[in-house]
Amino acid sequence: MSPAAKSPPAPLEAGRASSGRYSGWRLFLEGLTGQRGWSRAWAKAAPRPRYRVVIVGGGGHGLATAYYLAAEYGIRDVAVLERGPIGLGNVGRNTTIIRSNYFHPANIRFYEFSLKLWETLEQRLNFNAMVSQRGTLNLFHTEAQRDLFTRRANMMRLHGVDAEALSREEVKELVPLVDLDNGRYPVLGGFLQRRGGTVRHDAVAWGYARAASEAGADVIEHCEVTGIRREGARVSGVETTRGAIGAEIVCLAVAGHSSRLAAMVGLQLPIETHVLQAFVSEPLKPVLDVVLTYGAGHFYVSQSDKGGLVFGGAIDGYNSYGQRGTLPMAEEVAASAVTLLPGLARVRVLRQWGGVMDMSMDGSPIISKTPLEGLILNGGWCYGGFKAIPAGGLTTAHLIARDEPHPLASHLDLRRFAAGRTVDERGAGPFPYAH
Amino acid sequence: MLRIPCPWCGERDETEFRYRGDASRERPAGDAGLTAFTHYVYARENRCGWHLEWWLHVGGCRRLLKVLRHTLSHEIRAVGGPGDSLGR
Repeated sequence: MSPAAKSPPAPLEAGRASSGRYSGWRLFLEGLTGQRGWSRAWAKAAPRPRYRVVIVGGGGHGLATAYYLAAEYGIRDVAVLERGPIGLGNVGRNTTIIRSNYFHPANIRFYEFSLKLWETLEQRLNFNAMVSQRGTLNLFHTEAQRDLFTRRANMMRLHGVDAEALSREEVKELVPLVDLDNGRYPVLGGFLQRRGGTVRHDAVAWGYARAASEAGADVIEHCEVTGIRREGARVSGVETTRGAIGAEIVCLAVAGHSSRLAAMVGLQLPIETHVLQAFVSEPLKPVLDVVLTYGAGHFYVSQSDKGGLVFGGAIDGYNSYGQRGTLPMAEEVAASAVTLLPGLARVRVLRQWGGVMDMSMDGSPIISKTPLEGLILNGGWCYGGFKAIPAGGLTTAHLIARDEPHPLASHLDLRRFAAGRTVDERGAGPFPYAH
Repeated sequence: MLRIPCPWCGERDETEFRYRGDASRERPAGDAGLTAFTHYVYARENRCGWHLEWWLHVGGCRRLLKVLRHTLSHEIRAVGGPGDSLGR
């Protein structure tokens, strides 16, 4: 670590590679010396036979959990096991949106906590994640929807979260592309959360991996978990493609595949796996500087810094582990796009992909102990896991380190289903495909 | 695009159907207790592989079909009525 570093979170083990502190000044100096001084952002660790905590899944939540365990709770004997390379799972497949515009008070508090962590994340991780609080604008198209959104915005403001109502004219001023007068779904107005926005998702994975590694955790790529070991009622480690690894605590952070890992210990979860598609267009000149959501269909869009329009819609609608979408939903998303933004009808789609989601039975995530002692679950994120990465990681680390739920995540306990305390933001009932 | 062979209407696009979830669960007896009902309502096997599921043919005969489909390849192996046993 360079001497310029501000109080490192933890003393580094001898021999652990460090990428040093990133800064504009260092970029300038490296420019003078042919950029030869950069090293790997995180150490390519090999698995040791035993750790105190093994986190399965090197996505956003797994890496963030490892980072907060080491940096916030002083537990550095941690390994993150990732089946492939870092960044190729859902953390690199989402539409990069952050926001905290929820209705349920417990959800507002949790996601607002996450949004606050996003606001200081780059300084904390010393990594440019391109956090852009450009605002998220939710349009409404009927009087009933206006009432519903007003109720949500009032609930947010009661909890100190920013939300403001925009008239049709203000919507048009903010997003000139919007067709206000669609014959079937005219835009009546919108609600804006100015602090919402986007974050470069790859940088979130890389930033947390680097910070976790620097803080003392082992980030182990190409290490797939094939079994979970138990001794009596307690977890004792994992079997992997690179040998067995012992652990006091095993944390699953593999949203999309939580059921498959839980099945290794005979556990059935209140989760179904569904595929969600995302799309990116060819690069355009700047045309959209907020995150825009359509109220008459499931469609959301933002413009990346490269100029591509990043957009998506609803899940395909039936159980799927295939990381690819099907055409009926692609057509529906495209139809929503050109209804709302007819000026973009001739823009070409550059890429389309799918990611598999843990769709939980009440539409809310699960951060919880499980019936198997020492096995912790971080999953059930539905299609909202990205924005929750900092809060999800921190509260999961709290649960592991303190052996009790973080006050902001206690409502996400697995036992809520049996107890009748589901957190059903949409009120859709126990139908994962309906959330 | 799934093509679902409806036993009454023939092979149709998935857009004619509405998905109604896991068809492998069996409702417990009325006095089975809270744990059994919680499991019935919330727990899912969610397997990556052959999955027994309900599809309602809303745009056709309006009957409820039981379908055996692979959740990774999307291949459909068998389709029947609600009382049919399709195996796995």
